[in-house]
Amino acid sequence: MSDSLLRVESLNCYFAGLRAVAELSFDVQPGEIKAVIGPNGAGKSTLFNMIAGVTRPTSGEIWFDGSRIDNLPTFRRARLGIARTFQNLQIFREMTVLENVMVGRHMQGQSSVMGALLYTPAMRAENRAMTETALDLLARFELDTKAQVLAGDLSFGQMKVLELARALASKPRLLLLDEPAAGLPQAEAEHIGQIITTLNRDGMTVLLVEHNMRMVMSLSHDILVLNNGLRIAEGDADHVRRHPDVLAAYLGDAEYA
Amino acid sequence: MHTGSAVIQLLVAGIGTGSIYALIALGFNVVFKSTGAMNFAQGEWVVMGGMTSALLFAATNNILLACLAAVLIIIVVGIVSERLVIWPLRRPNALLITLVSIGLAICTRSLVMLVLGKKPVGYPGFSSTATLEVAGITVQTQTLWIIGVTLVFLIAMHLFFERSIMGKALRAAAADRDAAAIVGVRVETTVMLSFAIAALAGALAGAIITPLTLSSYDQGAMFGFKGFSAAMLGGVGSLPGAIVGGLALGLLEAFGSFYISSDFKDAIAFAVLLLILFVRPSGFLGRADVVKV
Amino acid sequence: MTVLPMNTAVTARAARPWHLSDHARLLIVWFALLVIPFLAPNAYVVSLANMMFINIILIASLNLLMGYGGQISLGHAGFYGLGAYVSGVLGVKFGLSAWVGLPAAALITGLAALLIGIPVLRLRGLYLSMATLGWNAILVVLFNRLVDITGGPNGLLGVRPFSFGDFALDNDFRQFPLVWLVALLVMLAILNFLRSRIGRAVRAVATNELGADAVGIDSFRTKLLVFVLTAGMAGIAGSLYVHVNQFASPETFSVSSSILLVVMVAIGGSGSFWGPILGAAIYTAVPQVLLDYEDAELMLFGLAMLIVLIVSPTGLAGIPAALRRRFARRPA
Repeated sequence: MSDSLLRVESLNCYFAGLRAVAELSFDVQPGEIKAVIGPNGAGKSTLFNMIAGVTRPTSGEIWFDGSRIDNLPTFRRARLGIARTFQNLQIFREMTVLENVMVGRHMQGQSSVMGALLYTPAMRAENRAMTETALDLLARFELDTKAQVLAGDLSFGQMKVLELARALASKPRLLLLDEPAAGLPQAEAEHIGQIITTLNRDGMTVLLVEHNMRMVMSLSHDILVLNNGLRIAEGDADHVRRHPDVLAAYLGDAEYA
Repeated sequence: MHTGSAVIQLLVAGIGTGSIYALIALGFNVVFKSTGAMNFAQGEWVVMGGMTSALLFAATNNILLACLAAVLIIIVVGIVSERLVIWPLRRPNALLITLVSIGLAICTRSLVMLVLGKKPVGYPGFSSTATLEVAGITVQTQTLWIIGVTLVFLIAMHLFFERSIMGKALRAAAADRDAAAIVGVRVETTVMLSFAIAALAGALAGAIITPLTLSSYDQGAMFGFKGFSAAMLGGVGSLPGAIVGGLALGLLEAFGSFYISSDFKDAIAFAVLLLILFVRPSGFLGRADVVKV
Repeated sequence: MTVLPMNTAVTARAARPWHLSDHARLLIVWFALLVIPFLAPNAYVVSLANMMFINIILIASLNLLMGYGGQISLGHAGFYGLGAYVSGVLGVKFGLSAWVGLPAAALITGLAALLIGIPVLRLRGLYLSMATLGWNAILVVLFNRLVDITGGPNGLLGVRPFSFGDFALDNDFRQFPLVWLVALLVMLAILNFLRSRIGRAVRAVATNELGADAVGIDSFRTKLLVFVLTAGMAGIAGSLYVHVNQFASPETFSVSSSILLVVMVAIGGSGSFWGPILGAAIYTAVPQVLLDYEDAELMLFGLAMLIVLIVSPTGLAGIPAALRRRFARRPA
């Protein structure tokens, strides 16, 4: 499909003979929220890491908006418009909340090394603009009051929101969310879910890996179910919920509403 | 001048120096295995071993006794060092421990300088005859002692790590701290033990090399650096690698300084280190993932 | 993984980049230092002050690399030496003016850092440090052995000072304004750098490389940039050194010196903007104070480093903040 934003073709990933992902193909349409679910060990993280650029596929192709990305390092993918969050949070703990988001705006800046060393007016203007944008973004997430706090001093839930804000600061077209609700109590998970829905309404395409079934079922337009590295079902919430293979795979696994 | 005998002479010399490097490399590897850190004080312990042996020899006139006692003293120094500067660290990680060991090395060296003096010291070799003529080659008997003592020590180490409970506990803690702790290994004690063994290896090296090179307070850095290069060459963290790396470096130096230039002999170890780091960081027998980002 | 604290003291202020408070402070301190030649009892004190400014450049640049960039280099003195020899040799062998030597030193050290940095910066923490140490050691061997160029262990002699036509900066009082100015420019450059987008990227990469990758930062290039930049600064310090002392010898640029520089950064306060000034003051003053007890000097530095690492990782510069925190914890 030529109008998909993200397309994965025949993706394989073998770790020393162990099959993590096998011949997987799917795509993500612009403006949709797609979730990848499956029992533990199904290959979700591996798939996610291959799309994000952390793991190299053994074979297969990944296409983003018409460009092939599977041989690009992570930062180049970010420059093409893919932003991601991390399951175990990779925020800059020793920097302030504001700085975290400002770093997220890195790609939006033009200043050069000379400009930096000389503190040119252009650089100062850039700093001002970045600070304003960052503060606006923080305000949207109700973190602006914590702007000067060190990121490492936030609560876990706030850190997750901060990482989301940082990802958004980079003006992505595709948001990869790695277990956004992990470790959160239901109320906070719902809050994150609301944020995602709002972002999507404003046009953001989202691909997420998640265990929290409530969130998955309520948010996603489309759900991909993996087991043992293979796709066992794909479709909307109702379709997946009733699918016999999905039920069989999850039998014994808890967590769905 | 028979090139054949020159080669054999170089071989013996190379194996002799190589044995010293192997001992020092072993010291590095043992601490590395248990902490992930590079112990800068290792070289200083070598110097301490040599100089203390000299001091005790001057007092007792008995070489073997002096060396043995000196080695024991340095073992205590190693243990005390660990308790004083490593153990109190609140959040130990490899780089922090390495930096701490730099501070420790500086303090150790100044202590040696202040207590044992700046003059190079020495004592006669272990055998009454200094050299031996074998098949037309002149060999220093001390070199034979070096090779012999090193061999015995390495065998003892092998038995320790493979057969004894303490040795296995050390290996377990090095492989996985948490898992080892769960089965009852006192991880902190294994770190202390690894420092003791490293001090032992270093002091031994110093004690047996001094008859050939004399011992002075400023040699620590060079010993340490060359021992580290040997450890990297063989594969950092690998105990057999220490042997391989040490011998390789010793032979490289011996043959290199003879055939290429003795001026740049010291540079050989540095060049080897850089080459290893850039080309094959895992060394001969080690694992690459430890080193590269 | 951070070992020494990363830039916590400057962080809050960095968030309001249009505030000139740090720039203003820097200028105030520097202009205060201008009184030294007038208050100094003799030329010797001025020569110490000159060395202090050169040391500030050295330690501040290493602090940028270590405390903000997270790379522990054990070869900084090697670049210092390279800058000194490049600048000195260009003068002695090719008759070029010191004013040519200074930028040449910066450029050539930067280039050397680029060449050595490309393989070295792919290595992880500890191994990066050891590679820089090895590089420094090789440089020292070259300084010692290339006798025809460098003068060997006896040193490079006959280096001419900076001069404006006939007016040569050949005594301590005349040299003072130059080193004062260059040190100020370097400190300003560092301050500006930290306030910039690229400076934030450097800190981000040092703090969390995965996170930096995720927002489009080329981590390798960033690490290389700060490595080259700080090496160039060390080269500038080297050029100043050789034309102020009109002499250079290899032992000034040894691995031991590199290690001491790391110790000074730690003692002054790694990752703090003002730490290097304290570190440089100590590095310059202590050997003079302990002139008769020079053997104790090493012990003192070693102990200080241990104390900093074990008890007070923020170093001297972190003491005010630590005290503030102490008193803030008191119940209202």
